Amino acid sequence: MPENGRTDTGPTAEPMIRLEQLTKRYPGQDRPAVDRLDLDVPPGEIVVLLGPSGCGKTTTMKLINRLIEPTSGTILLDGEDVTRADPDALRRRIGYAIQQTGLFPHRSVADNVATVPRMLGWDRKRVAGRVDELLTLVGLDPDTYRGRLPRQLSGGQQQRVGVARALGADPEVMLMDEPFGAIDPLTRETLQNEFLRIQSELGKTIVFVTHDIDEAVKMGDRIAIFNAGSGIEQYDTPERILTEPATPFVSEFVGSGAAIKRLTLSRVGDVPVPDWPSIGQDTHRDERAAAVRAGAREFLPLLDADRRPLGWVPADASGDVLDRGLPIVTRIGPGDSLFAALDAMLAANSSAVVVVDDAGAYRGVLDLETILSTVHTDAGPAVPRPGTVATPGTV
Amino acid sequence: MSFWEYLASNYLEVIGYTFEHAVLVLQGLALAVLVGVPLAVLTYRTGLGRAAAVNSASLIMTIPSYALFGLLIPLLGLGTAPAIVALTLYGLLPVVRNAIVGLREVDPAVTESARGVGMDRRRLLLSIELPLAWPVVLAGVRVSAQLLLGIAAISAAVNGPGLGNLILSGLSSAGTPFAVYLALEGILGIIVLAVVFDAAIALLTRLTTTRGARA
Ligand SMILES: Nc1ncnc2c1ncn2[C@@H]1O[C@H](COP(=O)(O)OP(=O)(O)OP(=O)(O)O)[C@@H](O)[C@H]1O
Ligand SMILES: [Mg+2]
Repeated sequence: MPENGRTDTGPTAEPMIRLEQLTKRYPGQDRPAVDRLDLDVPPGEIVVLLGPSGCGKTTTMKLINRLIEPTSGTILLDGEDVTRADPDALRRRIGYAIQQTGLFPHRSVADNVATVPRMLGWDRKRVAGRVDELLTLVGLDPDTYRGRLPRQLSGGQQQRVGVARALGADPEVMLMDEPFGAIDPLTRETLQNEFLRIQSELGKTIVFVTHDIDEAVKMGDRIAIFNAGSGIEQYDTPERILTEPATPFVSEFVGSGAAIKRLTLSRVGDVPVPDWPSIGQDTHRDERAAAVRAGAREFLPLLDADRRPLGWVPADASGDVLDRGLPIVTRIGPGDSLFAALDAMLAANSSAVVVVDDAGAYRGVLDLETILSTVHTDAGPAVPRPGTVATPGTV
Repeated sequence: MSFWEYLASNYLEVIGYTFEHAVLVLQGLALAVLVGVPLAVLTYRTGLGRAAAVNSASLIMTIPSYALFGLLIPLLGLGTAPAIVALTLYGLLPVVRNAIVGLREVDPAVTESARGVGMDRRRLLLSIELPLAWPVVLAGVRVSAQLLLGIAAISAAVNGPGLGNLILSGLSSAGTPFAVYLALEGILGIIVLAVVFDAAIALLTRLTTTRGARA
């Protein structure tokens, strides 16, 4: 039951980008690369186009900024039909970043980033200021990188510059075609996180292409899943794509582990953290073990004067352990995902992690139980699991 | 009389001809660039255009110079003019071919992203494509220069300037010992010019290539 890209669940606001019956047939191809595509992109959201190779994601992007002319159909930008607008002027309003970055190899980082502002005729001072601002925004120190050539940068740094160049004159709309592809997973994750931070400040309308479901779930406010025939199978929020795949194609594309992927969507700050008593540092050391034995938990966190967790005090603590507790390896903050929390538990072979707030102060302890109940919210209450006792080791 | 004694007797004349020769080649070369690069710019995008440009330039190379002068003299008369035009035509092939190769070697991701951020065709050509293709274009100019330094000797046949005049008077006094000396002087002048041109173009390449476009 393929659906079209009109949102019924979406905000009532006018879409920033609206594609109507957009079709592209390359000469000499027997079937269109993009076939009567309808898609609404709401303002301020990241819409991810996700689908198998060759399904027309890149073609769709190039149709939006008219690097390719549509065979038929209409493109509306902020309510205005741009299907016949001046393409160069149109593109200066739309940021464009691609996987290969396409940085100008003979121009410095600063000149690359200054491309659009210069074309718009900004004066020298304003351009220089903007370049520094953008480099800082994408996490590159202007003094260090301004004068470098693209080839004097790592792949990840080049992609940052590519994004900075696309943001040049502060376009409302950004098109990003696998902007974090072809780099190692660690750098990629850093770039994703930084980009989400930037986006939370800038609130751009973004069309983002990937063929990685994990990236789609992470980056997207909405995901449009394309099938090989360039039809939209489902256009929905990541949560709904994961919990209610509309078609067998979507379930297969999402693959196994949909439940685990949903954990990446929930922030620790958004779930109730169970109450878990703690011991203040002012408690006399001889009374600490007794305090643990008096409660229902096998371990209690020891907090310093600022309520920052120092260590775990087990019921049978003695000696040094009574002074500082067992070391806490990982502290989970409100911005971390439940997936990160679970990962920390598994890594430390324990069933609970310490949760702190942004300032590092103790908020509680997240246990396996809570995570399981979140995963199962839609499938009814978590199955009670008698016998599972939280045993915080050295997490 | 040895060659060196002979050279000492007429070196002023040799220097004069060498200078003329250099100016002649420079003019032909400049015109070949002024015609060849725009020709490449106009044709490099399509297979048909490229083939037409390169094949015509190759075809010109196959025309014997005497035949070419035969065609040019009725239009331009004798002297410098037909010589310059002939050199321009002969110099085209390396320039056109290299300019096309250089423009086509520009990474498509670079041109696509340039257009993607709203660069118009003209700006794309002037600020991205030509600067990136420039070292390859100059390599073509270098080949063209070497080629023209040799070919330019023929201009003496149409009363044109240059070292060809020494060689020609050598030919007309064939059999005398001076005939060989004259030919040697002509060749020596061309060799000196070849070295100077090569160095000059290498320097020009250094000075006019943005550091990032250097291979
Ligand atoms: N310039 C072109 N000429 C002819 N066919 C093309 C051209 N560009 C793309 N196609 C075809 O159009 C279809 C869609 O290509 P497109 O690049 O949009 O796919 P994609 O979804 O971006 O794939 P990928 O994930 O591999 O990047 C493919 O079948 C491709 O072969
Ligand atoms: Mg693609």
